[in-house]
Formats: sequence, C-alpha cells, structure tokens
Amino acid sequence: MAKNTPDTHAHDHGHGHGAGHNYLNHEKGLWSWLTSLDHKRIGIMYFITVMLFFLVGGLAALTIRTELFSANRLVDGQTTGAVVTASQYTRLMTYHGAIMVFLVIIPGIPAFLGNFFLPLQIGAKDVAFPRLNLLSWYCLLGGAGLAVASMFYGGADTGWTFYTPYSISLSKAVVLLVSGAFVGGFSSILTGLNFVATVHKLRAPGMTMNRIPLFVWALYSTAILQVLATPVLAITLLLIAMENVFQIGFFDPALGGDPVLFQHFFWFYSHPAVYIMILPAFGVISELIAAFSRKTIFGYTAIAYSSIAIAAVSFFVWGHHMFVSGQSEIAGVVFSAITMLVGVPTAIKVFNWVATLHKASINLASPMLYAMGFMFLFTIGGVTGIFLATTALDTHFHDTYFVVAHFHYVMVGGTLMAIMGGIYYWFPKMFGKMVNEVMAQASFFFIFVGFNVTFFPQFVLGAKGMPRRYYDYLPVFEPLNRMSTIGSYMIGTGFVIALIAVIHALLSKQEPVGDNPWGAKTLEWTTTSPPPHDNFEKTPIVTAGPYEYR
Amino acid sequence: MWLFQLLNSAFAHANSDTFMPPAATEIASHVDQIYVFLLWSSLISFVLLIGGMIWFVIKYKRRTASDKTAYITHNHTLEFLWSFIPFCIFIFSFAWGWIVFHQMRSMPENALEIHVVAKKWDWRFIYKNGREIVAGVDDQGNKTPATMVVPMGRPVKLIMASEKVNPASNEDPKDRPVLHSFFVPAFRTKQDIVPGRYTTLWFQATELGTFNVFCAEYCGDGHYAMRAAIKVVKPEEYEEWLSGEAAGAGGGLSLAEQGKQLYLSRACVGCHSLNGSAGAGPTWKGIFGHDVATNKGTVKVDENYIRESILEPNAQVVSGFQGGVMPSYSGQLKEEEINALIEFIKTVK
Amino acid sequence: MSTVKYDAHGNPYAMHYDSPEHEYQTGKQGVWLFLATEVLMFGGLFVAYAIFHHIYPEVFKIGAKFTDWRFGSANTIVLLSSSLTMALGIYYIQMKNNARAFWMLAITVICGFIFMAIKYVEYSHKLHLGLYPGAWYHGNLEEVAHHVGLSPEEIPANLALYFSFYFMMTGLHGIHVMLGMGLIIWTMIRLKRGDFSPDHYTAVEGVGLFWHLVDLVWIYLFPLLYLVS
Repeated sequence: MAKNTPDTHAHDHGHGHGAGHNYLNHEKGLWSWLTSLDHKRIGIMYFITVMLFFLVGGLAALTIRTELFSANRLVDGQTTGAVVTASQYTRLMTYHGAIMVFLVIIPGIPAFLGNFFLPLQIGAKDVAFPRLNLLSWYCLLGGAGLAVASMFYGGADTGWTFYTPYSISLSKAVVLLVSGAFVGGFSSILTGLNFVATVHKLRAPGMTMNRIPLFVWALYSTAILQVLATPVLAITLLLIAMENVFQIGFFDPALGGDPVLFQHFFWFYSHPAVYIMILPAFGVISELIAAFSRKTIFGYTAIAYSSIAIAAVSFFVWGHHMFVSGQSEIAGVVFSAITMLVGVPTAIKVFNWVATLHKASINLASPMLYAMGFMFLFTIGGVTGIFLATTALDTHFHDTYFVVAHFHYVMVGGTLMAIMGGIYYWFPKMFGKMVNEVMAQASFFFIFVGFNVTFFPQFVLGAKGMPRRYYDYLPVFEPLNRMSTIGSYMIGTGFVIALIAVIHALLSKQEPVGDNPWGAKTLEWTTTSPPPHDNFEKTPIVTAGPYEYR
Repeated sequence: MWLFQLLNSAFAHANSDTFMPPAATEIASHVDQIYVFLLWSSLISFVLLIGGMIWFVIKYKRRTASDKTAYITHNHTLEFLWSFIPFCIFIFSFAWGWIVFHQMRSMPENALEIHVVAKKWDWRFIYKNGREIVAGVDDQGNKTPATMVVPMGRPVKLIMASEKVNPASNEDPKDRPVLHSFFVPAFRTKQDIVPGRYTTLWFQATELGTFNVFCAEYCGDGHYAMRAAIKVVKPEEYEEWLSGEAAGAGGGLSLAEQGKQLYLSRACVGCHSLNGSAGAGPTWKGIFGHDVATNKGTVKVDENYIRESILEPNAQVVSGFQGGVMPSYSGQLKEEEINALIEFIKTVK
Repeated sequence: MSTVKYDAHGNPYAMHYDSPEHEYQTGKQGVWLFLATEVLMFGGLFVAYAIFHHIYPEVFKIGAKFTDWRFGSANTIVLLSSSLTMALGIYYIQMKNNARAFWMLAITVICGFIFMAIKYVEYSHKLHLGLYPGAWYHGNLEEVAHHVGLSPEEIPANLALYFSFYFMMTGLHGIHVMLGMGLIIWTMIRLKRGDFSPDHYTAVEGVGLFWHLVDLVWIYLFPLLYLVS
C-alpha cells in the first residue's frame, strides 16, 4: 500500500536490527509472555488458547458424530448408545456449542489474527489500551476456567442457547457455565473497545479511513458489534444465573414471567454475534484474495461499507430465530423481511471477490485454496440462509439438521476456513518461517472434502425432518448419518495434519523468509518477519490505498 | 467402492427430486414449491459464482513471477446489478413465504379441536369426547408412540400445552414444564409449545397414512425419544374409531362433561352462572369467542384468556367485577382439568 | 508497550502514542465506549422492566408502596451531591490544588458510603417482611397487606416479581456504586503519589465519567422503582 519510508525499505533485504531482534526474543521466559503488553505476543497467546479450546470442542464433536454413526439398537431389551449415554450426549452437545462459539469462533479471528495484525496494518505501534488487551486474555481464561468448573458440577445440558425454562432448574453447572460466558464476554467487549479506539486514534500519518485494509474494516465493524451487543448478552446471562440462584422469575411462567422473552434477549445479542463470528472472516478473505491474485480489490468501498451495513442491520433480525416460538405472525414477517436485507450486502461481498479474480494473476498457494474453499462453502451457507429466512420454509426447517448444516457451512466453512487461510498467510510474518506447502495443501484437501461429506448430508437429513439435538434417530436416517460421521473424521484428519504442519514449521531450521514472501501490499509486510517489538523502526507514512498493485 | 454403495444407500430413501418427505397437506405442497424455487435459484447462483471463480482461477493462473494485473477498482453497473437482482429474489422469496406462512397461521373456523399435552418426554392427545391417547408398549416391550387419529380432508386444530412430569410436585423447582415443539415433517408444520399458555397449530391432511411427529425444541435427555404419530384415516373410519372404544381417563365422560363436574365440584358454580345472570363473577353463558371489556382493555375470550383467568384471576378482570375475589387455581388443577373446563365453557351457549 | 516517554514539559505518555494529548483523547474515547456498554447492559434490564410493567402494572404499583420515597429522595440527593464533588475534584486538579481535590474525592467516597448505608436499611426492612425476590418471597399476606394499608385480596399473586426487579436493578447498581468507590479511592492514592497534574489526569476524568453514569442510572431507577403509579 504505502510508499515506505526509505529506512523500512532496507528491511526488504534482511538488514537492520529486525533480522535478529524481534518480538519473540525481545524478552525471555514464560513470565514475560504472561505479563506482556505487546499486542503481538497477546495475539500468539490467544492463538494457543483458542487452538486448545478448539481441540476440546472438536473432540466433543467427534464423539457426537461417533455416537450418531448408527441408530441405537436394542441390546438385552434396552437401547444403548454406541459410546455415550443420552445425558452424556446432551452435555457433549452443550459444551461443543458453548466452547466453539464463545471460546473459539468469537475470539478466533479478532483476538488472535486481529490483535496481531490490526496495529501492523494501520501502522500503529500497539493497540490503544495494551493493559486492557492483556486483561481481555485473562478474562477469556477466567471464562474458560468457569466453564471447566461447571463440568465438575454435573455439567450443563441446556444447549449453548440456554433456553428457558429448561435452563432455570436450579443447576449449579448452568450458573457456572453462564458465568463463564459472562466473563468471556468481557474479553470480547474489551477487545472490541480496544479496536474501535485503535482504529479511530492510532492510524499512521496518511492512513485515512478509506485507505485502511479491508481486514481492518471488518474488524472495526465487528468491534462495534462486540461493544454494542455483548452487554445485552451479559445482562441476559446474569439473569439466567439469578434465575438459577434466586428464582427471580423473569423467565419463569410459574412466577408470572415469560420464557419467550428470554429468546428475544438472547438472540438480540446472539444474532449480531453471528456477524461477530463471520465479519472478521470476510476481512481475512479480502486480504487473501487481493494478495494472491496480485490485484487491487474490486469494489473496496462496497466491501468496506457492506460490513458496516451488515453490522447495523444485524441488530434488527433476531426474531428470525423465533418464527415458530409463539411470537405473533406480524413479528415473524417483519423479521423475515429485514433478514432478507442482510443477504444483499453479503451477496455484494462475494460478487466483489469473484470479480477481483478477473484479469488477475492467481497464485494457488494454500492460503488462496482456503479462500476459494471459503467462497465455495460460504456461498452454500449463504443461500441456505435465504431458505431459513423465508417464514413458511423455516417453519419446516427450524430446529432440524438443515439449520445445523446451514450454520456449520457459515461458521466452519466460513470462519474456520478463513482462520486457516489467515494462519498460513500470516505465518511467515508471525514466525519468520514458511509452513510446508504440501502439508498445508493436504490439510486443506481433508478439511474441505471432509467438511462437505459431513455437512451436506445434514441438509438432506433436515429436509427429511430429522430434528437437531437428537441422541438417537429413526433407522431411515442412518445412511446419511454414517456419511456425516465419516466426513467428520476426515475433517479431524485435516486439522491434525494442519497442527503437524504448524509444529513442523516452528521447529524447522529455515532460511529467513524475508519481509514480504507473498508480494502483498499492506503495511505489515513492510516490516521485518517476525516484526520487532515496536512494530516499525520508523512510523510509516501512507500515501495510497491498501491494494495498489499496478 | 464402499463409498459409492454408501452414497447409493444414502440417497435411496430421499425423495427423488427434493429430499423432502412426501407432502401430506396442501400447505406442505405450497411450501415445497417455494423450496424448489429456492433450490433452483440457489443452484444457478452457485454455479454462476463458483463456476466463475474456478474459470477465473484457471484462466488467470499466475504464469510468471512478474505478472502484471489489470487495475480495476469498481464498475457501477455491475455492482448495481449484483445488488439488485439478489434483492429481487430475496424479496420475492420473502413475499411468497409470507403468503404461505399466513395460511399456516390463520386458524380455520369449525376445525376439529384436539388438545395436545406435552411433557418430558411424551405426548398425550385428548379428544373432546374425553378420549385420551397415550404411548403404549408392544409385545416385545418396545414403546409405541402415541398415535393421534384424524380424518382426512378435515381441518384439525391442535390446542397445545406443556405440563410438568409430576403434576402433584408443586414445590419442586426442578420439575417444571419446559418448551417443546410439535413437528410434523410430512405436513411441513411446527409450533413451539410454551409453558403457561396455549399455542395452536392446524393442518388438513390430504393423504392417508401414518406420519411421524417429533419434538423439535430441545427439552433434555429424552428429547430424541419424544415421538408421536398422526394416523390419517377416512372420515367414516374416524367416526367409527372415535365412538368405538371406551374413553380413557375421563371415565367415559366427554371433556365438556368432565368440565361440568369440575364446575360443580370446584365451586365455580358459586360465582359464575350458566344462565346469563351476574354473580360475584361474570356468567359463562355465551362468553367464549366474544370480546369482553376488562381493566386492561378489551380482550377476546379464548383458550388462553380462560386459562389465565383460572390460574391468575386478577391479571385481567372483566369490567364491573371486583379483582382479588377469586383465588388462583394455579397448582390446583391438572392440565386436562383446565382443558375440560375450557371445553365446558365452550358449550355454554 | 509499557515503555514511557516524556514530552517537552516532562509529562509522561505511553510510547505508542504521539503525545500526552493523544493518549488523553484516546483514553477518553475508551471510557466513553465502556460507558456505552454499561448503558446497554442496564438498558436490557430497563426493557425487561418496561415489558413486565406493561403486563402487570398493579404489581409495580403496589410493589412501589413498599419503598419509601424519603429514602429514595435522600439517596438521590446524596448521589447528586457526590457527582458535584467528583466534578469539583477534577476542577481542583486542573487548578493544581491537589489538597482540595483530595478532599473532594474523599467526600465523594463518603457519599457513596451514605448511599450504601441507606440502601442497607431499606434492604433489611424488606427482607424482614419476607419481601425476597421471586420464589424466595415469603411475605405473610396479612402482614404485607397491612403494611401498605390494603386488604389481602388486593395484593397481586405475583408481587414477588416487583422485588425481583427491585433487588436485581438496585443490586446491580449498588455493585457499580461500590466499584466506583473503589476506583475513586484508587485515584486518591494516585493523587497523593503525585501522578496527576493539570495536563495529565485521564484516570480521574475516566473514573469521574463512570461515577456520573452510576448517578444517571440511579436517576432513572428512582422514579421507576419508588414513584411508579
């Protein structure tokens, strides 16, 4: 993007202090990491914690799929599950959802890749409030700790949505789990608050709002959502905890409360939360598409403002989760109409990305494969969203596997593909080393194919009427469930390969990769790999937009 | 080649074109039309988009390390088109969905009414003549789902409530009614059942046969096992079935007759007349289905209002009467007793 | 980045900012964003209040009879005064009068204590009558009715809902008052240490804004819980 100042240019040739001295070896020892205020180190700490949670959530998912491999058979007059009992199953499903949503996908891109690259991309030395940044990581750990504690009190079995009145039957585990999500929510609020202030106040000279990279635009829209929506989740979760401890009765019909009101409160946060999960992925994909097609992004303004548009509209669509909840017909219809409106800016983004590829010079390296995988899967996730936004159709699909397939196509096919692509793309910048390309492509192959084998059959299962959150199913649903389970093992294999690839790369002895191995234009590629403690030797002066490939 | 065998068996049961189960109501076929429309428009958009992407990726693959690319920042015509065309499709789909949704949600007059009571984790269906249908056990000891029998071609309205597992356990906060959802895939219809109020759903079956009913709203460990069935029979057969066997819990009395007994035994008679004269409370004569003025404005006397007035008498007090006179019957009456009272009130014309 | 730099006047600022002024403006924006999250959090409760007030107006009308508007007004005055002393504290820091600023902050904390003490009296009164929130409510109907001069029949069956709101809203607010007091004491310690100067008092200003917000929330709670009719 920028015309670099002459002396940052020097690093292109591997000179200067950055080659030896960087944020990784700036200070030594575990303590220096745990107390670090450096956004890059905090980003890496998020990387490690999020991946650990992902492992736990992933193992829960594989156990669920293993259980669902066959319909339960009668053994000695009793139906038994293959690997778990019904009450273990409902807990697995709850923790799979809660961990993946609150501890993996929500912090995944913003707190890890965003933390590391947002300041670098706008030419800042750090985020606005480094101490809050560290605090937010400890909030996430605290939230995770409470979630783990809840497992020792019998475990919560409410599903990650905590629907009342099921969730308010005086369960200690539910109190602990919602407290975990509450504390984890502060992590999200603090990250969002930090990013908004950083983007407003810490941009390098010349870095106007219409020159910030699209990843920053996406994180900025996300941050606004995090700041505005998460507090409502906080109060809702607090009310659930109070219902369990004091039986305050807001959501308890026995005390004159309204259980459906909870759903309104919950989705008022949790629908924007869906965009907290997917908007950063849009940002990553924009970066990947521009860098690997070596071409200025088509419709920069449209992509940037469509993120803001999605963020704004997302506050008014929550009722589309409730078409059959007993809310009035007119409410359902209004929410359906507004939901359709969200589809438009989303469609705009995808069209712009494809248009960017026209007359480009496309390098099919592993990050680009993930970007293409994203487009393939997200498009399926997106169009099936229109099915679900249509009131009459949702009446059939609501709470079936169709919905499960839809949001996995969006959240996993979208966000997780973007995280993987982002990791491979920025890995040389973060660690000064390249990931083995064969392993990276192998992991893509397994994840992409496995994903479709897992989740496409679930659309069919949903259409045929298999409800979600089922421990067992009618024999007629068995073949498709078998396919789905086999696919899930392929996804698991893909992630194991990816993990091996990352560890292998970290341990390997390699030639220094240079500052800009992909030939990208955004500012993070103008500093050394890995970047020095204070990011840029000299504050960059920005004179042009982010993707000036001429 | 096991993979192909698996694929074959996977799709063997699917409907050849749409994957949906056979439609057994007229509304279900309307839903399927929207579904097929969206399926095709999605498929076309997907092929255009992803096909375009793959074509570009092949055509513009990087040849040399120093490739130059075109500098294209935007194109207003294109951008307008790919915003406007999806917008039109979305709005079309929305409007079509609304029309069908409206049919689903508009309860027909003179429908055959059946009470549905859901609890963790089973269904009960109660007919107006007092007949109660519950799950059974077959010779092998396997559970057979509760099977609702309905006549083909006649609108059926379900009045649904959720109850606790043990109606006598008033003070146990762990045993409380929870959300369930009545889902009939073949009818493409679904409605959540919300504790503390009635929700309704209607259908008019056009096919004979037995159709699965699932609980679609997560309700705990036994959620997956909460199945029932709807058996659609010819109208004559239905009448025969209905009068054929002796009714269950009601001791042979219809719901309305049970309601009349409760009216007398639970002291409703002390305040509510059946002949139109006002007592300490409003008369029940001709009250059902009409609007009454209350201290909260005008309300229609329907199942939900009567239920509320039994359980929380002071919530909406009919104008001209004193609040705080009637005690709450919350915890005093079982779900089917409330149903019986409602059915009785419906008969007092 | 914890490294500290100093500008030409010797004012410190974190090295990732351009100047103390830059740091101050950014910090202030951060505080405002945080206050927005607080407003939204309380907003959720206010929405719930509005909904249930609409469904059961008499619950709130009769529930409010158990609060004493004199206590409520006293607390309103206490909190409003504390907002004034908080603002004066900042004013005196700007005027380089740290001794007075310290006293103003101290009075603010004392006001916080008075507020909490009055709340304690009110809470114990209610708990004594058995007016607990939700299912814990165990007020004797006769006694409760007598207390507000109504007949037992006029007491709504779900009166407990009012106390759920009362304790939930004032409790969350009370936690904020205590947090605010802790934060003010922290600024007092830093003031004594000489951390603040007329050019550099972001922390006090941020805490002050937080305290005003706590005050503002009370301004809404007072009529909603004490004066509903």
